[in-house]
Amino acid sequence: MARISAVITFALALSLLLLPLFLVEEFAEGLITALKLIVSGDPEILSITLRSIYISGIAIALSISWSIPIGVLLALSDSAAKSYVKSLFNALLGIPTVALGLVLYLLFSSSGPLGPLNLFLNPLGVSIGQAILVTPIVVSFTTSAVEAVDPDIKDLAKTLGASQTEASLAVLKESTSGVVLAIVAGFNRALAELGIVLMIGQNIRGQTRVLTTTIALETTRANLPLSIALAIILMSIVLTIALLTNVIQRRAR
Amino acid sequence: MSPSAELRRVSKSYGETKALDDVTLKFSRGEIFTLLGPNGSGKSTLLKILACIEKPDSGMMFINGEKITSVNRDRARLTTTLVFQRTTLFSTSVYKNIAYGLKLRGLPQKQVRRSAEKALAKVKLEGYEDRPAKNLSGGEQQRVSLARALALQTPILLLDEPTANLDPKSASIIEEVIRQANRQRDTIVIIATHNVFQADRTSGKAAFLANGKIIAVGTIDEILGRKPEIRAKFSRLENLFSGISEILEEGTSKITIDDEIAIECASRQTGRITVFIRPEDIILSKESFKSSARNVFKGKIVEISDQGSLVKLKVDAGKQFTAQITKRSFSELGMKVGSQIYLTFKASSVQVA
Repeated sequence: MARISAVITFALALSLLLLPLFLVEEFAEGLITALKLIVSGDPEILSITLRSIYISGIAIALSISWSIPIGVLLALSDSAAKSYVKSLFNALLGIPTVALGLVLYLLFSSSGPLGPLNLFLNPLGVSIGQAILVTPIVVSFTTSAVEAVDPDIKDLAKTLGASQTEASLAVLKESTSGVVLAIVAGFNRALAELGIVLMIGQNIRGQTRVLTTTIALETTRANLPLSIALAIILMSIVLTIALLTNVIQRRAR
Repeated sequence: MSPSAELRRVSKSYGETKALDDVTLKFSRGEIFTLLGPNGSGKSTLLKILACIEKPDSGMMFINGEKITSVNRDRARLTTTLVFQRTTLFSTSVYKNIAYGLKLRGLPQKQVRRSAEKALAKVKLEGYEDRPAKNLSGGEQQRVSLARALALQTPILLLDEPTANLDPKSASIIEEVIRQANRQRDTIVIIATHNVFQADRTSGKAAFLANGKIIAVGTIDEILGRKPEIRAKFSRLENLFSGISEILEEGTSKITIDDEIAIECASRQTGRITVFIRPEDIILSKESFKSSARNVFKGKIVEISDQGSLVKLKVDAGKQFTAQITKRSFSELGMKVGSQIYLTFKASSVQVA
């Protein structure tokens, strides 16, 4: 039953997102062509999609490695500086991506201090840029999730026989759904990023061309069917991940 | 060796506040021991120290004759379990809540399942295994907490206000299960409560704490019969009043408390007696109303505290009464501190201690 309602929610959400587009005359025609492209398994679309998932996947993996420990430590800290650090990360949630992209461009470009690392025009450079961009999201969401855990959970785990480490793990486990939400939000943000990808990756075909940059490019070229096909794929990935996360979390309980 | 626990000259402070001050107590095998005292008297801290989840600042603790130090505290923790006053559950199923401690002890899957089912049967929650624990009612959640502790079969069971704010059905199930666990496995059961009647029903020995100090140790009767200064400390417990009782022509008795108020009681005792009214037996109303209840007092609300689904109110009506009502009734009556209110309760709700 839960699965059926989740699928219906997914379908409704997708329809609602697409609804305004039906008001545009070219959309219906574009949509049919787009669906044909998707169904036929167009190799260009497939490679762009997989590259997008790969680059953003690396980005979120990198970000998790530092953002989750920072978020957990921040939540468990009693330091006086805690509120300032939390405010800083909250403020960085709204960082203009073009500004961040420019800073990374200056750092990564061949004349920049990190030029020798060859990150400019490189998929790894794009991943690093996205990882930095989503850090405030993952840190802030993780901190909130751990802070929201009942403060008595640690004592409860201990009185049931847990050691200090096992009790800390019990606290983390209680915050799992919030931390998963942080990861999903971070991945979706990375996947939807345009500014940084354009500035560091420069939209090179077969290398740094991803869903967002292709949609921007093909729209300016008036190639609407391809743009629409890619937009549908982008939204489908975002909604599918949200749906899968929901189902997995329900099962885990 | 028979299980035993002992605290010797234990003190504990939180910042400037002294939670426990030079406490010495001994608990023997098969004993149900009650810690009585008002809120903030140190009962919960004492339980946390016995549960090995808090370290005393000074003094010593022994379990089964072995001194507890930072080296063996983790191991000692396996011999005690504490059921918290505020029900705390993991955000998962009832079964996984109960299985947590059993799995930590390395028990095989089959035994974990069997022990969990047995513990749930004891608290009359058979078949609840797969339900999300946090979706249960308050009483059921507290019963899951108790089942989780019982499943571990620790020689020492610690309970912090186990029936506070519970419905009578859950409260009586919990009291029965505590007695059973004590009888069947000679478990040392240590209960913190400010319900003197629960202590009387379940306990052999008791200690009265005030401001972190042990004021009296003995049976409930002995403690209540102690010197006036100890009775005065007791008066800080909720709705516990001491006064002179005289029998009325109607067959009930009137207890005059410090010449300030007179409470009508269904018992027929004379002389100095101590009585108690359960906070949930007091009806609150904006206006006085005609009823069969013999006790009606007009008072002013002096304190309101949120207790989850319930609201606790302190009302000054010559003496301070504590009443407990549901959140819905509270909002419907539109009460605030300073509001005038009528307290109504039956003579049969007045229990003699």
